[in-house]
Amino acid sequence: MPSTTDPRTRKHLSRAGKAHEASVDSAHGGARDHAPATVSPVTTPQGLDPGDTVRLIDADGVRRPDATYDHWVEDVDHAALLRLYEDMVVVRRIDTEATALQRQGQLALWPPLLGQEAAQIGSARALDADDFVFSSYREHGVAHVRGIAGADLVRVWRGVTGAGWDPHEARMAPMQVIIGAQALHAVGYAVGIMADAERAGRPSPDAGTAVGQEPTEAAIAYFGDGATSQGDVAEAFTFASTWSAPVVFFCQNNQWAISEPVSLQSKVPLVERARGYGMPGVRVDGNDVLAVLAVTREALHRARTGGGPTLIEAVTYRRGPHTTADDPTRYRTSAEIEHWEARDPVSRIAAYLRGEGALDDDGEASVQAAADAVAGELRAGVTTIADPSWSAIFEEVYAEPHAGLEAERDAYARYLDGFEEGDR
Amino acid sequence: MTGSTQTLTLAQGLNAGLRQALTDDDHVVLLGEDIGALGGVFRVTDGLQREFGPRRVMDTPLAESGILGTAIGMAYRGYRPVIEIQFDGFVYVAFDQIVSQVAKMHSRTRGAVPMPLTIRIPVAGGIGAAEHHSESPEAYFVHTAGLRVVSVSNPQDASTVLRQAIACDDPVIFFEPKRLYHVKGEVDAAVDLADAPPMSAAHVVRPGRDVTVVTWGSHVATAIDAAEAMADDGASVEVIDLRSLSPWDVDAVTGSVRRTGRLVVVHEGPRQAGVGAEICATVTERCFEHLEAPPARVTGHDVPYPPAKLEGHHVPDLDRVCHGIDQVLGRVPLDVPTVASAGAGAGREVAA
Repeated sequence: MPSTTDPRTRKHLSRAGKAHEASVDSAHGGARDHAPATVSPVTTPQGLDPGDTVRLIDADGVRRPDATYDHWVEDVDHAALLRLYEDMVVVRRIDTEATALQRQGQLALWPPLLGQEAAQIGSARALDADDFVFSSYREHGVAHVRGIAGADLVRVWRGVTGAGWDPHEARMAPMQVIIGAQALHAVGYAVGIMADAERAGRPSPDAGTAVGQEPTEAAIAYFGDGATSQGDVAEAFTFASTWSAPVVFFCQNNQWAISEPVSLQSKVPLVERARGYGMPGVRVDGNDVLAVLAVTREALHRARTGGGPTLIEAVTYRRGPHTTADDPTRYRTSAEIEHWEARDPVSRIAAYLRGEGALDDDGEASVQAAADAVAGELRAGVTTIADPSWSAIFEEVYAEPHAGLEAERDAYARYLDGFEEGDR
Repeated sequence: MTGSTQTLTLAQGLNAGLRQALTDDDHVVLLGEDIGALGGVFRVTDGLQREFGPRRVMDTPLAESGILGTAIGMAYRGYRPVIEIQFDGFVYVAFDQIVSQVAKMHSRTRGAVPMPLTIRIPVAGGIGAAEHHSESPEAYFVHTAGLRVVSVSNPQDASTVLRQAIACDDPVIFFEPKRLYHVKGEVDAAVDLADAPPMSAAHVVRPGRDVTVVTWGSHVATAIDAAEAMADDGASVEVIDLRSLSPWDVDAVTGSVRRTGRLVVVHEGPRQAGVGAEICATVTERCFEHLEAPPARVTGHDVPYPPAKLEGHHVPDLDRVCHGIDQVLGRVPLDVPTVASAGAGAGREVAA
């Protein structure tokens, strides 16, 4: 692996610089070219300028050599790519099943990830087991990679709890609804990693890792294009950057924050935010799972070895609604959907593997069968989720005894006791 | 008491408490603005960064939400962050992280992720400060489930209650009355916390028979002064330092009111939906048949905190507390703010 002083890092910085100089107009699919500043934000789909965006496999499934990033995925052979492909097929199938479960009344709500499979799988597969994830509410693909399965994936969406899994066991915080708040939590966790190193007498990541020292853990924050407008994300960039915290900011620019286009969030490509904070930024084709894996590995390596945070902008597209309660036909066109369907992340990797002779009809069928089995487990899991008892609302509000709340619970219990059994 | 005592200001008592907590537990970390080399704008963290290093006593960028969010992540990692909000009026920009994240995390994760944060906030006015430097925001936090809220009135509590707050596995909002930072008292900084009264227990600081005055922070001293003045007028006033505003010691207050039959709550925060309203309502529910007079509140007005030259009309003082006591004793007519108009909230007064 390259060291912190590897010129790649600096090259990388200049790469972000080049984007700034050459292609401001690519921020929003050329919105600046076509729309004066005074009109409503243009909702043209955001283009992918190959000059600015890391891409290793193009939309037709053709592998493109990249002098900077090939190195980061040179160990990814056909078998590994097939596993990434299967991950993506599985999480898409989970997404389909969960959407169906919502339509059938089994879930209260579901935020689909359709179209973002490569961004989530490529980044999550770059993580080590002991790294820690702070995500928003759409990272079902990341959760799947963290080993969260079945009922745990949908418990929150069924409305029975605030967290579907044990965060420490999964090394992934419960989903975050407040937009961007989790970016700061990831920074704090990363600061804790530095403090742990110091307490253990090891060099802290922000001091640069000495030769022979093991790289440290890292934290990763997932958020969307809308979140980049939040103060908490800006503050997270500042804290992480000035403290050189071992954290990766992974922004999935899926073009839409419910009905608001990314052009309403930023006049420049989101990745350029990084420059103002003095951290490297990299824009990647978020529908290219191999490229996402490469840039996330690089960013994690930088974090682990003293290089501080990195902002990754994964350019992708939310093909479904914001949630099952949303109606995207009110704010975007079918032409736009078709544009992105042609850049589907799953068929791209499938096309590449087929071209390599590593995937055929039988292979696809067996992956689909595996995905169907996972979907079956999800459906079966949902039916095992019991409704919580009324008393659960009073539990765990505090870590230590709280006489006032206990009295309130007891009063409510006496009230309930006034009803016949079954009328509660 | 387990150690020797020394005379310290309240600010020094806090400093001693922080030093003890940093010594007792190497997962305790301090975060805030100007808390390192400067020692905090009130010098509460004086010398601690030099003693414990910049990783334990961290100067942060100027972003309160960032401080809180970072502390949350550190708590995920097993740390016990103690945050200094530089002034009361600066806590509002961190409100979301406190209310939506800190307060709810233990409940959200069914106990898997406790948030043992202590959020220190210099509070209230009376020092002629600039705008946003004299706020009394306690009601917002008392209203929020998942938080504990305390306020100290003397240097010994400053040291001991702060250590208890840091040791508590729940998040604690810790109010430090700015007016008291330089008030001196005897402090044993090494009190065995196992022997100390619980953080949530109120203290009867002056016993009395006729009226119960409940207050906290800097107004404990005002209430004691009022009790002494009333003693000269033949009334025996009991003063309770509530100390913990959430949870609050209902038994201590109702036990007192059952004996005295009269309650006055004194606080500097605005009257409407203030902590006094909660105390008066609870006392009315529990002590109705013991009350000789309606419970009274002596509070800040329902106005933005006024400019320094006018704060004397806003902050409860000796005369206003005595006036409140006189009202519940029936010595002066009961006179609470009353809207004369039939259309409540219409904002128009009926012409006489």
